Amino acid sequence: MTPAQMTQGAFSYLPALTDDEITMQVDRAIRLGWTLSIEHSDAPAPRNHYWEMFGLPQFDDLDAGAIVAEVNRCRTEFPQHYVKVNALDPTVGRQTIALSFIVQRPGAHA
Amino acid sequence: MATSPTTPPTDEERWGAGVLPYVTMGYYQPDYEPADTDILAAFRMTPQPEVSPEEAGAAVAGESSTATWTVVWTDRLTDHEHYRARCYRVDPIPGTDQFMAYIAYGLDLFEEGSIANLTSSIIGNVFGFKALKALRLEDLRLPLAYIATFQGPPHGISMERDMLNTYGRPLLGATIKPKLGLGARNYGRVIYEALRGGLDFTKDDENVNSQPFSRWHDRFTFAMEAVKRAEAETGEVKGHYLNVTAASMEDMYERADYAKELDSPIVMVDLTVGYTALTSMAKWARRNGVLLHLHRAGHGTFTRQKNHGVSFRVIAKWCRLLGVDHLHAGTIVGKLEGDPLATLGYYDILRERFVPADPSRGVYFDQHWGSMPGVMGVASGGIHAGQMHELVHHLGDDTVLQFGGGTIGHPMGVAAGATANRVGVEAVVKARNEGHDLLAEGHDILKAAAKHSPELQAALDTWGSVEFAFESTDAPDVVPTSST
Repeated sequence: MTPAQMTQGAFSYLPALTDDEITMQVDRAIRLGWTLSIEHSDAPAPRNHYWEMFGLPQFDDLDAGAIVAEVNRCRTEFPQHYVKVNALDPTVGRQTIALSFIVQRPGAHA
Repeated sequence: MATSPTTPPTDEERWGAGVLPYVTMGYYQPDYEPADTDILAAFRMTPQPEVSPEEAGAAVAGESSTATWTVVWTDRLTDHEHYRARCYRVDPIPGTDQFMAYIAYGLDLFEEGSIANLTSSIIGNVFGFKALKALRLEDLRLPLAYIATFQGPPHGISMERDMLNTYGRPLLGATIKPKLGLGARNYGRVIYEALRGGLDFTKDDENVNSQPFSRWHDRFTFAMEAVKRAEAETGEVKGHYLNVTAASMEDMYERADYAKELDSPIVMVDLTVGYTALTSMAKWARRNGVLLHLHRAGHGTFTRQKNHGVSFRVIAKWCRLLGVDHLHAGTIVGKLEGDPLATLGYYDILRERFVPADPSRGVYFDQHWGSMPGVMGVASGGIHAGQMHELVHHLGDDTVLQFGGGTIGHPMGVAAGATANRVGVEAVVKARNEGHDLLAEGHDILKAAAKHSPELQAALDTWGSVEFAFESTDAPDVVPTSST
């Protein structure tokens, strides 16, 4: 498996999302009451559930622009890691991730 | 003989030996207030012309609870008022010779956690009744106290997503075709191609069990090599629904145990094995950490005709109670029977924590599910990538969209067929999340996505205009109309 072939997440078969496109996904998640969380991994082919958290989930940050700024901080700090955005839904009956998508692949800036 | 529903019989009239109308025996009580703990049933009745609707409703209540055809003195050894089911309401259905009878059953009539017992009572004895030309169980209201006696789905939607590590989009599947005849090695080839191309699941068909051309142990072994190889290439969790349906429970356990040994995340079973065997498999699936897919094989024999049988919404309730993680529930746009609004009602019943009564969806009663997990609805049968926007719009994310022909029949091959479906679903979900109206803009969204996916372009070119526009045989009585 090359990094470009790793197809986890909701949008791996589409062209890499632009910052504006990431903003739109994050914006909807915030409107639905979900909490955004950024995770990254230096594994060459990560298949585990648990990646490194880039700080705590952004429980009180209700601004999509600020979330995308965090995404960019993570990408700058770890340019050769996988980075993904998770939206966490605490609603009883779900209480897990509601949306997850990759926003950076090692060696294939995307 | 006292036959008027309004005149209670004297003790002598009620308990003298002989035959009495069910109304007189107390099975029709229009003033009865159902208790929160009662099981309520809505039956669509077509009485014989000489039978009053009240007597027909009373007969159904009687024969599905304590009554027999004649008075028996042994009733008086019991607290018979307590055990008697009651028809408490009968409504004519406009424009037909049918009536909707509402019947209340006390909870003590039923064994906890047993669909076999529930069905033996409620549909066990009344459907061949001569006084009725036809009878259909439309819906059941199950009190939460009774629901809590069932295991429910071994894992449920939320846990399944955690197991698969896949969130925020419908899952994609395909049934391997041709459904009969492929040997194990060739069969595994189709699985591998479909999964590496982008599907989450592939599937044995309902009648793939252990025939001479493909014995179960061989098929399972080759299928799981295909699954593991596709997982290694994509970094995703994949699965093939290994059908463990067999002639006996011992055979099914043997097959399921081997699937587990091979680390299969999921097994499947057919509705034809019966409710008790399904319940046993549900317990096995919970115990072993394996997802359970249910194929509703045979349901059309008793769910399809609107005047007789059992509505699929009732079957869906039974299956959520006894406990499956996946259940086929219709496509709205594909080749198989299913009125769109009634189908949405089935998905609600499978997935929601509370389903309000909604005549336009054929849902007759409010239904609370408490914390019983939801079942992933499976849409399968004559669907293709060109309908992706409609499927996502109607069915939402917590569904498995299964494209058998629409994957394997792709002109560029099986993996390309899978990729076409995956690109399609991701493009549609992304656009929906961005605020696009899928019904209005869906075709354009798919066309735009196909610009970077020759696989999707070929799928749209091949099937883009295929639809199955036949009238449903089972639409709700109530048609929503504009109030303006």
